[in-house]
Amino acid sequence: MSHLDTIPAEVAAGGGSASGPPLLSPPVRVRVRTRNLGDIVFRNLTFLFALVVFSLVFIMAYEMYLGSRETIQKFGFSFLTRSVWDPVRDEFGALPFIYGTVLSSMIALVLAVPLSLGIALFLSEMAPRWIERPLSFLVELLAAIPSIVYGLWGIFVLVPWLRMQVEPVLSRSLGFLPFFRGAPYGFGMLAAGLILTIMILPIITSISRDVLKSIPDSYREASLALGGTRWETAWIILTSGRSGILGAALLGLGRAVGETMAVTMVIGNRADISASLFDPGYSMASVLANEFAEAIGSMHQSALIEIALLLFAVTVTLNALARVIVWSVTRRFART
Amino acid sequence: MVENSSDTKVPMQKPIVAPARRLPDAPGGVPVPAKMVAQNINAYFGKTHALRNVSLAIPEKRVTAIIGPSGCGKSTFLRCLNRMHEVARGTMTGEILLDGQSVMVYDPVLLRRRVGMVFQKPNPFPTMSVFDNVAAGLRLNGVRNRGFLAETVEKSLRAAALWEEVKDSLGKSGISLSGGQQQRLCIARAIAVDPEVLLMDEPASALDPLATAKIEELIYQLKVNYTIVIVTHNMQQAARVSDDTAFFYMGELIEYDDTKKMFTTPEKKQTEEYITGRFG
Amino acid sequence: MNPRELRTYRWRKVKEKAMGTIALLCVLLAVFPLFLIFFYTLAQGIGAINIDFFLQMPKPVGESGGGMANALVGTIILIGLGSLFGLPIGIMSGIYLAEYGNNPFGNAVRFFSDVLSGIPSIVVGVVAYILVVIPMKSFSALAGGVALGILMIPTITRTTEEMIRLVPDSFREAGLALGIPRWKTIVRIVLPTALKGITTGVLLGIARAAGETAPLLFTALGNRFWSTAIKEPIASLTVFIYDYAKSPFEDWIQQAWAAALVLIVLIFLVNILFRSVTRGRYG
Repeated sequence: MSHLDTIPAEVAAGGGSASGPPLLSPPVRVRVRTRNLGDIVFRNLTFLFALVVFSLVFIMAYEMYLGSRETIQKFGFSFLTRSVWDPVRDEFGALPFIYGTVLSSMIALVLAVPLSLGIALFLSEMAPRWIERPLSFLVELLAAIPSIVYGLWGIFVLVPWLRMQVEPVLSRSLGFLPFFRGAPYGFGMLAAGLILTIMILPIITSISRDVLKSIPDSYREASLALGGTRWETAWIILTSGRSGILGAALLGLGRAVGETMAVTMVIGNRADISASLFDPGYSMASVLANEFAEAIGSMHQSALIEIALLLFAVTVTLNALARVIVWSVTRRFART
Repeated sequence: MVENSSDTKVPMQKPIVAPARRLPDAPGGVPVPAKMVAQNINAYFGKTHALRNVSLAIPEKRVTAIIGPSGCGKSTFLRCLNRMHEVARGTMTGEILLDGQSVMVYDPVLLRRRVGMVFQKPNPFPTMSVFDNVAAGLRLNGVRNRGFLAETVEKSLRAAALWEEVKDSLGKSGISLSGGQQQRLCIARAIAVDPEVLLMDEPASALDPLATAKIEELIYQLKVNYTIVIVTHNMQQAARVSDDTAFFYMGELIEYDDTKKMFTTPEKKQTEEYITGRFG
Repeated sequence: MNPRELRTYRWRKVKEKAMGTIALLCVLLAVFPLFLIFFYTLAQGIGAINIDFFLQMPKPVGESGGGMANALVGTIILIGLGSLFGLPIGIMSGIYLAEYGNNPFGNAVRFFSDVLSGIPSIVVGVVAYILVVIPMKSFSALAGGVALGILMIPTITRTTEEMIRLVPDSFREAGLALGIPRWKTIVRIVLPTALKGITTGVLLGIARAAGETAPLLFTALGNRFWSTAIKEPIASLTVFIYDYAKSPFEDWIQQAWAAALVLIVLIFLVNILFRSVTRGRYG
């Protein structure tokens, strides 16, 4: 916004309204209460639209709360802890879906954060500018690929690869662990976790890279002047920006939690809780995608809407937290 | 992004003293050895010719001040001494010798342990405590022994005249200190790795007069153990603090002499004009 | 240097090289799937791309050939409806934020706009279902449009604000000094100057909405037949891909790839366009 809130009175009066005889003293910069009708109308109009944006989140929360009241009243907190999902008998418990979402997102986070950090460090600290720009752009293109295309690729490339190459190997070598037991279907938690990893990479990378770049050069110089190697200097910069990177990870987690199509297409869609990554699972977003259109009865629909409300609450919290953290880091360094 | 080239050759030659210019004599008439010698330095940043044929010897365990108007190349020269000019993608021709060995043969990582630097704006690492800041250089060099670290941290903080003020709050964040304290923290950090030369790029220009006075007093104490080169745009500071002064103008070394002599009877007209404030 | 220091020094050098290599590997590991996905889609889908694909309707099960004409038109209609809903809200709020928004309310709007952008699209679909499908008692293109519109709003708001902020104050001052009221200055001088950037931002929002599947699954639903009615279910490119990908028929699967190819080419083009327009400004 410009400084034009404080414009000389006679200029802001605009065309049409009389402002009296010309002032003899230099114009005083005052906060102008404009007398122009057009200005008032326009400003309030834009304000109204901004108000819509502001309230949209609350409207959404409210509507979903209303829509899920039936199951909230019937099950209360146990909705989160029960595992039965029976639309016919109106018995609902969201635990398998919560488990599926949490596990697949955790896998993705664990794999994506180190990778993203490596990439962000490379882009910010090590790469010359002529490499960094195109590479950054390529990483952002990864983010632009629609979920459905990831899902398509997941079904026909990732899953067969997992089923034929990866899971048998894992089963042979690490099969003693509960995570790698069971028959290699290909479809399942591992596939979902891997595809989510690729999908959240870009957001964690680009925010981390922005955080690293916002850290002033003087810390790099200080480290180099102490005799630090380039890597050691990069590491010091990384620790300087660690809260911003935490924010990036939270945003990535939020993205992973809400991912629908790609996960639905590879996770196997079976509402089981199993330790093995080879087994199929079900995520909150997936059950919505699969069942919402044909929900049987109002209780079923209410249960599904409650799941949507849960997703909403989780992602809003993660996002809000992350934005606050990232914003405070980049602001701290801008001030320094 | 900053660059850091590293040749990995480790120095092998024995030191020779080779002053390229007349060295100021210490009281008593005994010549002072040169800690660092610059010979025919030309420095470039892209197309800009920042230093023109500069030759200068830095005497050991004395304070050498480098003065001159903005843009005269004094900071550039300072950064050539510990090869920090490479970080800003600069190139240099000519020779710089540390104890007779060329600095270009050294790995910059090793060179910068022997030649430390303090910057204009205090820059303690923001996410580290006071203790960790001072210990940073040591940790980089693989020192893990807690006892040794604690001992060296205390020694460095004492040498930087900061110990009394922070000894009870070593765990506090480095940036929670005042500006003057932060700068002394940076000095302590630089000293902790036990350098032989300390380069200071306008160390007090971002500080208030009280803090500045403390820094100047500190420099006076430090020169007993370290060779100090300080760049300053404040002539009175140069006069107060240094033993020898070099006057740079437009990338060239105009005059280099004993400070007292330089400020009372400078030889070159340009020097006199700068010192008396006719320009700059 | 004593032997211990020499060892440490050597180790630090090794670490420097190793870490640099690992970082580079991370980059390659990330960029690799991008190329993999793109070229795989290209390879799988290019075979089914022909003029029929764009012009014909889907053929009944068992018959080969056919196209995605209804899906293509459906997506266009859905985007149109979404824009109808999302563009005014997005652009006007963007204007508010840029011109009048340096106050706590403006900051709150920015915050909630960011929060909105993080809400999963399927949740937005559920809301659209509650707001439109339930009252209307049927799935409809309108419901899908509302969902897509909500999804577009954060992107359009943010880019509009940024583009308008980039317009130098001197333009505004010139307008005011001529006696033009503030609102006219914004509409007649500032907006046209920022128009190119705003348009690209809008295109970006549209491209993202065009790639959405989840919210459409129970708002616009889908339609095997030709339909452009707003109050009826409507086909879309993304749901088309989903349905065909799940099917057991080889040629349908190939058509799914072809549709995916069309989708990502369009999206990539818009992204490149956006990059090139904003690149110059941010340098």
